This record gives sequence, C-alpha cells and structure tokens, in this order.
Amino acid sequence: MHSFGYRANALLTFAVTILALICAMASLSDNFNSPSPSSQIQILNINWFQKQPHGNDEISLTMNITADLQSLFTWNTKQVFVFVAAEYETLKNSLNQVSLWDAIIPTKEHAKFWVQTANKYRFVDQGSNLRGKEFNLTLHWHVMPKTGKMFVDKLVMSGFRLPEEYR
Amino acid sequence: MGWIGDTVDSIKSIQIRQLLTQAVSLGGYLFLHMSKDPIRAGEIVVFNVDGREIPIVHRVIKVHERQDTGEVEVLTKGDNNYGDDRLLYAQGQLWLQRHHIMGRAVGFLPYVGWVTIIMTEKPIIKYILIGALGLLVITSKD
Repeated sequence: MHSFGYRANALLTFAVTILALICAMASLSDNFNSPSPSSQIQILNINWFQKQPHGNDEISLTMNITADLQSLFTWNTKQVFVFVAAEYETLKNSLNQVSLWDAIIPTKEHAKFWVQTANKYRFVDQGSNLRGKEFNLTLHWHVMPKTGKMFVDKLVMSGFRLPEEYR
Repeated sequence: MGWIGDTVDSIKSIQIRQLLTQAVSLGGYLFLHMSKDPIRAGEIVVFNVDGREIPIVHRVIKVHERQDTGEVEVLTKGDNNYGDDRLLYAQGQLWLQRHHIMGRAVGFLPYVGWVTIIMTEKPIIKYILIGALGLLVITSKD
C-alpha cells in the first residue's frame, strides 16, 4: 500500500497538521508579551448640543486623542483596531456605549499617534438625558493576530461632563 | 477539514466568504463562541438579517443596555465601511437585539478555508477532485 495516492494523502494530512500546530504556537507566543500602553484624551470643544426632532439628544464634540500603543505589537500582530467610546448611565439604560472614533493601526510605527478630530460617529442618546451628564471616555484596543486569539483591553478615562444646557 | 471544526460544542467555525476587515483575508477560518456574557462595544459579532442567507460578521459600535430587563440594543459596522449597518438591517430596524446575534469572533486561522472556497467558486475542481478520489478507490489494491 505504498501508492502515490496513499503517500500524497499522508503528506497532505501531515502538512496541514503541522500548519495548525505552528499557528497554535504563534498564537501562544503572544501570551509572553506584557504590553504597557498609555493614552490621554482631551475634549477641546463642544461644537453643538441639541435635542433632535426624533426626541433624542445629540452632541458633537472635538477631541484630542494621544496614545502610545507600540508595546501591543508582536511579530504575530496583523493590525490593531482602536476606538474611543463614550460610556455613561441613564435612568432607562444601565449602560450606554457610543463609539465616537476608531482607526486601524497597521504597524508598530503608526501606533504612537496624536489625533485631533470631531466625533466620527454620531453621539446620540436614547432619549434626552445628556444635559449635565457625567461620562467616561474609554480607549479600547483589539489586537488582531496573524493567526490565533485576539487580545482585547481598554483604558478608562473618567471625569468628563456634558454641558448643562443645549447650545 | 472535520478535525479542525471538530471542537467543543459551543464553538462554531465559519468561513469568511466576504472580507471582514483587512484582518481576516479571504479563506481564513473564524472561530466563534457564544457565551452568556453581555455584548459590549468593540466585539465582533455574527448576525443574520431576515431575508439574507449569508450571516454578517461586523463590529459592535453602539450598545444600549436596559436597566430593568438587561436587554441590549446594539448597532454594528464593518471596520472598512464608511457608514454603519442600518442599511443592512430589515426595513425600519434600527438596532440588533441579542436574539439576532449568533456568536462572537474570538480567533483566526488563516488560509485554511481556501480549499472549500476554490471548490465552491470553481465547481469543476470539485468534480475533478471527486473523480480523482473515485479513481483512487477503484484502483487501490487493499
């Protein structure tokens, strides 16, 4: 039973098994990385703050986001997806998370950055609870591997507060 | 590839036919897991929209969780898309609920799915393969 077909089959199975094993080892190597990311977010300006016709509050703001996420990159990192979410509580909702800005960081060199931007996605409440609302701005990052398990973590920055009145 | 997909009950694996983001290139295997943990912003979820046969694998960008019932309403968006997924949802639907979501992506295995994709895109290869296997079975002296 040493036909070409038999040998080809055995070889292919072996190759795929080794491929899976190498992928698993590559993924495991990521566990040895102990990252030390840092970030700061400032709200530069509240551009406007209105109650929309559908009854929900909406706000537009400009932020300054700085971060150093270089320590998240390993040789098994394909890219890092990073986003800033405003998180707050209301009477109706125990948790509201609204993504305000996101970016894809393709390489380690791009991971130390400074960005000044208005919110990319609309900051709309379910209702009109935003006046005087205290909220956190949390920087989340998702490390997407070339192969294996994704790593997710975040940095919570609290102490932000929305204006008392519409403007 | 039964032995790869042959994992714990709660983990399903799904083939990426369309590009999720630049992160998972065509032919990659995406491992899904559905736990009871609440859905949070940033997670990549798989969901079905009524009337569409292919499930969509996108990221959650907004979460609103009710105080009383604990139910969530989420909004998703593909990383590389300009706008959110509201255009993809059913007519008049603004949010996804828990029951729309089938799983969360937790890891990737690249290139593994190429064989199946090639066989689906170019069915002739499927016939050639089956023909060759059939030939092997007939001609092998066991």
